[in-house]
Amino acid sequence: MKNNHKITSFGKVLAVGAAMALAGTAAQARDLTVVSFGGNFQDAQRELFFKPFAEKTGKPLLDEAWEGGYGVLQAKVKAGTPNWDVVQVEAEELALGCADGIYEKLDWEKLGGKDSYIPGGATDCGAGHIVWSVAIAYDGNKLTEAQPASWADFWDVEKIPGKRALRKSAKYALEAALMADGVSGAEVYDVLATPEGVDRAFAKLDELRPNLVWWEAGAQPLSMLQTGDVVMASVYNGRITGLNRTEGTNLKLVWNESIYAVDSWVILAGAENKDAGQDFIAFANAPENLSKLPEHIAYGLPVKAAAELIPAEFAVDLPTWPENLAVSVNLDVDYWVDNSEELTERFNAWVAQ
Amino acid sequence: MTASSRFRSPGVRALILIAPLLVFLGLFFVWPLVTVISQAVSDPAVSRVLPQTAAAIDDWDGEGVPAPEIQAAFRADIVANTDEQAMGDVTRRLNSSKSGFRSLMGKTVSAVRETPDIDLAEVDKRWADPVFWKAIQDNASPYTDAFLLASLDMERDSSGSVAAMKEGTSANFTILMRTLWTSALVTLCCLVIGLPYAMIAASVSGWKRAVLLGAVLLPLWTSLLVRTAAWMIILQDNGIINQSLMGIGVISEPLVLIYNRFGVVLAMTHVLLPFMVLPIYSVLITVPGNLMSAAASLGAHPVRAFLRVLLPLSLRGVISGALLVFMASIGYYITPALLGGAADQMISSVIADYSIKSANWSMAAAIGLILLVLTLALYAVYNRLSRDPVQAR
Repeated sequence: MKNNHKITSFGKVLAVGAAMALAGTAAQARDLTVVSFGGNFQDAQRELFFKPFAEKTGKPLLDEAWEGGYGVLQAKVKAGTPNWDVVQVEAEELALGCADGIYEKLDWEKLGGKDSYIPGGATDCGAGHIVWSVAIAYDGNKLTEAQPASWADFWDVEKIPGKRALRKSAKYALEAALMADGVSGAEVYDVLATPEGVDRAFAKLDELRPNLVWWEAGAQPLSMLQTGDVVMASVYNGRITGLNRTEGTNLKLVWNESIYAVDSWVILAGAENKDAGQDFIAFANAPENLSKLPEHIAYGLPVKAAAELIPAEFAVDLPTWPENLAVSVNLDVDYWVDNSEELTERFNAWVAQ
Repeated sequence: MTASSRFRSPGVRALILIAPLLVFLGLFFVWPLVTVISQAVSDPAVSRVLPQTAAAIDDWDGEGVPAPEIQAAFRADIVANTDEQAMGDVTRRLNSSKSGFRSLMGKTVSAVRETPDIDLAEVDKRWADPVFWKAIQDNASPYTDAFLLASLDMERDSSGSVAAMKEGTSANFTILMRTLWTSALVTLCCLVIGLPYAMIAASVSGWKRAVLLGAVLLPLWTSLLVRTAAWMIILQDNGIINQSLMGIGVISEPLVLIYNRFGVVLAMTHVLLPFMVLPIYSVLITVPGNLMSAAASLGAHPVRAFLRVLLPLSLRGVISGALLVFMASIGYYITPALLGGAADQMISSVIADYSIKSANWSMAAAIGLILLVLTLALYAVYNRLSRDPVQAR
């Protein structure tokens, strides 16, 4: 009898404790959580958009960093209530997630209408935030004799001897290989759409394999260039300009045959703070706020009115500067949405050999 | 019946006492395991969202374009579906089988919703290609062995028999073999260092034993990530080893110690060494210290005494240690990712790729299941050998 009494009272304590714990988590609403790609880019975003927005609304704003990956977002939405609200995503993740219904549809009336964006910058689920490029970079102080001007030069180990670094992904590596093999930027995706074209790209990668080093995080190629581990690398353009300004390096960027794409803000489906998220996107993408970004990091702006406000001294370093844009290739999102899985598998198998 | 009588039977009382344990095991062990296993062999996305199509396409012969009834069923399923995310699952599954379904389904769904009886070949000419219909047929059943086969680089060909995938399309099997090979190397290295170490630790006493055991246990109390990062600092081109070797003039160019198999095996051996030393040590301290002297007094050379007396007696610990190290190794992720090159990645990194990047949970689960089966098989061996040391010898 006594034992029994103890068991029941112990059970009561457990039940009360559990109830209190649950109530504790339920009562505490999560603050607006904004997620971007980290590094000095997110540092700039924090100063320009996150802190001022929190001050304006009088409510805290949490910011987190992620490294991309569609599976991460999909798992969060599938789990029920996601713990992120606003996320900055790459074009491919935007297209996949919008088709799969894991993002909220944006209220374009609040965002100034789709016409205020450059083509590809405004979609049902995403509001473009930056235009960025993957381009060849080298150290101007080290490569004094011959400099690269195209992917063909990147592949030419006789003209410029030494190791080269490429991003470890089928995306960008296959395009670069085809352009090095003489395919023009305008025709790259037509060639890649055929099985022979894909074989051709892999064959071209085979040629450079002994001289190739792979990178995964955006900061890696910069340190490889600085230490002299590689003579050339594909890089995210914004980081080069940033490093030159802050550390006085003389890294050079090759705009010719660079590949550009738009990153966008999305709101995860079922997000707790979706209205605040919508307000945040409107605030961050407002021309007077957004136009300050290129001072900190050299990314172009997909909002037309914001692009016009950029001082000329910064505008020349952006992927959207007309002279740069004219020699660049637009990343074909539809192609990668269709073929990413198959080509990534083949690429990984090729790398693992 | 009084309240107390319910708890009178000792069995019931015991059950109540271990109830928290059972609930914990069920929630955090059995349930996830069952989920993973079922994910690996099933994907009900297509059969759930396209039920009429799945039923109609079942006995299609795969020749030419499917009959109008099948196409009508497909259109009807699209119109009937209201769950965007479920349709997304279907698209992802189909695109995984046949690249191109992403854009094709997006286009088709919006066209069919607008005009329910539209001719599919008019929406997109790809619908005239049987390959795309074949992908739907292949995925119509909620149960499939395709993921398990694909994790070993195999697939079913058009006649339905198991065949190897085209070379160069997938490297799962290569990476699985590499994982086993790396783990075997690490186990061997741990054994070569750990066995003498445990013997010395067991033969000394007092503070010497405390220091030797402390040196093994200390790494166990340090985070894996910290230890791996420490190796990065030591091994890199301008790290401690290369700088001192170059400083004393032994080498002029830095040795490549990191981003290759050497770095991975070295760091994993360091991390896993305690799992080899401790089981051997625990067996050895039960061995009477005078056995070696007895062997010597009977005229055995020290080497012979070691081989015939001490080694067989420590064998049970060696087997436990080796299996522990091997089983822990095959799941390693962080260390190869940070210290290995592209050709040193192990199978866990493939699982991470499938789940984080492509959201292909079934493939991630299938490879996980194969790892689980391997580990269970090894565990069965371990169990047998450690239970019956006499037969093991």
